[in-house]
Amino acid sequence: MKNRTIVIHATPEDHQIAKLTALAIGLHMIEAIIPSPLPGVKPGIANIVTLYVLYQYGFKTAAWVSLLRVFASSLLLGQFLSPTFMLSISGALLSLSVLFIAKHLPSQYFSVISLSIIAAFAHIAGQLIVVRFWLIPHTGILYLIPIFCLAALIFGLINGLITAKLFSQK
Amino acid sequence: MAPLQSMLRKFSLNLKKSLFNQHPKPLMGDWLIILIGAISVFVMFQQFWVTAPATKFKIRQGNQIIGIFDLNQTRELHIKGAVGESTISIQNGQVRFKQSPCSNQYCVHQGWLTRAGQVAICLPNQISLQLMGAKSAYDSLNY
Repeated sequence: MKNRTIVIHATPEDHQIAKLTALAIGLHMIEAIIPSPLPGVKPGIANIVTLYVLYQYGFKTAAWVSLLRVFASSLLLGQFLSPTFMLSISGALLSLSVLFIAKHLPSQYFSVISLSIIAAFAHIAGQLIVVRFWLIPHTGILYLIPIFCLAALIFGLINGLITAKLFSQK
Repeated sequence: MAPLQSMLRKFSLNLKKSLFNQHPKPLMGDWLIILIGAISVFVMFQQFWVTAPATKFKIRQGNQIIGIFDLNQTRELHIKGAVGESTISIQNGQVRFKQSPCSNQYCVHQGWLTRAGQVAICLPNQISLQLMGAKSAYDSLNY
C-alpha cells in the first residue's frame, strides 16, 4: 500500500485571507451571543472586517473573507444550510455586489462610512428577498421593512465610523 | 484599591482621548448618504405604518355584502344577523358597533374605527365592518 499525501501549497495571500477571515469569524461569534430584540436585527460587526479588507487589499480578498466567514461561522454555530445561513449568504452576496459598484464612487466625497451604510442596506435587502420569496411568502413582512432599514442605517453608520477610525489611527 | 482606581482612571482617559481627539470626519458624500438613508427610512415608515383616514366602509353579513356606506354622515343602521339585530352607528367620519345581540360584546368594545384597513367583526352575528380609504387600485375604469 502506498501512502499518498496531497500537499496544498498555500500562497502568502491565502494566509492573509485566512487570518483576516479568522478575525471576522471571531467578531461573528461575539455577535451570535448578543441577544437581539427582533430576529434579523443585528449589528453586523463582522462587516467591519469586510470593509477594512476592501480598502486595504481590494475587492477579491474582501469577497473571499466575507463568504468564507459566512460559511465557517455557520458551521461553528451549527446553522449550515439552515434558513439562518441562507439569510446570511444572500445578504453577504448582495452586499458584496453592491460594494463592488459602490467602490467606484469618488473617494474624495465618499468615505468608508458611505460604503458601510450602503452595504448594510444591501445586506438587509438580500435577506428580505429570501424571506419574502422563500421563508415567509406573505406581504405581512412589509411592516417589518421600516424597522430593518432603520437598524441598517444606524448599524451601518456605527460600523462605518469604527472602520474609518481604524484607518485614521494608523 | 488605589492601583485599581488609577488604572481605571487611566483607561477611561485613554478611551476619552481615542474617542474624541481623532474622530473620523464624515465627508460630504457621507452626509448625503446618511440623509438619503434617513429620508428613505422615514418614507418607509410612512408608507408601511401610517394608514390613511377611511372615507367609506363595507358591511358584510354572512357571505353577502350588505353595502358600502360613506363615513361622512350621521346615521344609524340596523342590520339583521344570525342571532338578532346589530346597530351600527356612523358619526364624524367614524363608525362602530353600537348594540349587538351577541353574548361577549367584543364588537361593541372595539369602539370607534377611523383608519383605512381597520376591521370590526361580530362572529356570533356574522357581521363585519371594513373601513376603506380614498385610494383604490383604480381611479376609474371605462371602455
